[in-house]
Amino acid sequence: MAGPGTRAGAAHAVLRGVTRIFPPPDRGQAPVHALGPLDLDLARGEFFAVVGPSGCGKSTLLEILAGLSAPTEGSVMFEGNAVRGSPPDGVGVVFQEDASFPWLSVWDNVAFGLRRAGMDRAEIARRVDHALGFMGLAGFARAYPAQLSGGMRQRVCIARTLVLEPRLILLDEPFGALDQQTRLLMGDELLRLWRDTGATILLITHALDEAAMLSDRIGVMSARPGRFIDMVATGWPRERDSTIVSDAAFGEVTARLWSCLRAESLKALGTVR
Amino acid sequence: MTRAGWIRVATVLGAIAALELVTRAGLVSRHTIIPPTAMAAALWRLVASGAILPDIAKTLSNVAAAFVLSVAGGFVLGLLIHAAPRLRRALDPLLATYYAVPFFVFYPLLIVIFGMSDLPIIAIGFLFGVVAMVIATLNGLDRVPRVALKVARLARMDPLSIALIVKFPAAAPYLFTGIKLAVAYSFIGVIASEFILSGAGLGFAISYAYNNFDTPRMYALMLFILVSVTAVNMVLHGIEQRMLRRRGLAP
Repeated sequence: MAGPGTRAGAAHAVLRGVTRIFPPPDRGQAPVHALGPLDLDLARGEFFAVVGPSGCGKSTLLEILAGLSAPTEGSVMFEGNAVRGSPPDGVGVVFQEDASFPWLSVWDNVAFGLRRAGMDRAEIARRVDHALGFMGLAGFARAYPAQLSGGMRQRVCIARTLVLEPRLILLDEPFGALDQQTRLLMGDELLRLWRDTGATILLITHALDEAAMLSDRIGVMSARPGRFIDMVATGWPRERDSTIVSDAAFGEVTARLWSCLRAESLKALGTVR
Repeated sequence: MTRAGWIRVATVLGAIAALELVTRAGLVSRHTIIPPTAMAAALWRLVASGAILPDIAKTLSNVAAAFVLSVAGGFVLGLLIHAAPRLRRALDPLLATYYAVPFFVFYPLLIVIFGMSDLPIIAIGFLFGVVAMVIATLNGLDRVPRVALKVARLARMDPLSIALIVKFPAAAPYLFTGIKLAVAYSFIGVIASEFILSGAGLGFAISYAYNNFDTPRMYALMLFILVSVTAVNMVLHGIEQRMLRRRGLAP
């Protein structure tokens, strides 16, 4: 069975019938059906964005794909191996919250994963210095996160993921806490990173313009339980940046996303009331 | 130094000067209290003679043992209790009322168990300090950001490494509350035990001096304890401030 999320070709990550049902929050209440069933094929090197109303299970989807939590039903494959509740090698995650460690310097934060992996010191130094340079943090190696702005701390977290040279990068609303101008610039950096590393990217965002500007393909999710109700291919060239927002096609993509999402967002609001 | 710092120093020096004046003027009997300068002089003679050094070494090593045991034991117990929410709910009221227990009533029992040695003294110091550290650990672990634990899981760390490399430093600002209390309680537990039933140590030396009307010696030893506790606390305070500044939690 091929759902709207599947696509022919060499898939990098494959989700089939993925469902997540949380146990009842309180005695006597019904279990919470958060997600799915949902199918998705991520092509190698693709930039894929997920948009959907709040509470639709976007973050649950990311955690399942990252191996941080297991699906209630269905399967997840990454590079041909099953992922089930334990993080696979080659997947990096950037979270919405500030995940930098305040007790470590910027340099040590970025080196964290490499040290845990037991890499030799020369190679750690090479990769960390390169990632810091790439993210424009070279002058802040000895600083502590508390001395940096929110945008720079998020760059530290991106650098920390980057040094692991992940082949699949998952980003959970990474720029959600930043102001609009900073978000556009961070979007440009993300595109540069994507082109330079050749990694597959899955970006979760609530900002339709961000999804439209950055992605090759956008999956639109329904209100809870989250399923894909539309797949929008943008057809942007691989060489692109934030100036694409002035392109006529950009407006069309954003408009299509909103026409899909408007009804779902109203539903989500209704369930909150 | 800050303005508050100057006022603090002035207050302490003022109090010492007032005590000096009152005692020198003969307003208070020399049998009750001696001038601070006489205390310092007596302490100097005592330390220079070397007679008190074994007692100092004994007390400080017992305090250090009680302190290390309460901090390490409290952190490990805190980790275990935190990992079992049901157990924690059951223990919470017991932890909250723990300090209502007067531990010294157990001193005879501890002597029966450990014999007349340093162990009952260290045990009292440990019993005093450990629960403050458990409570501080639980409090700190509650505040470890969930995202930090996700980062640790993505790095595929085992539970022990997560505890030591992520949870411990993440909870450190809260643990410091427990560490500072553990220092104070270790001193209180050890010195008070030496007072009651011991043949050595500073607590014993003070009570011996008291019983023999050796007022200068008694005050000299009290001064020594005051100075050591203050010194330890200043070092801890310095470390804590440095950590908080680094995290943007202190000016």
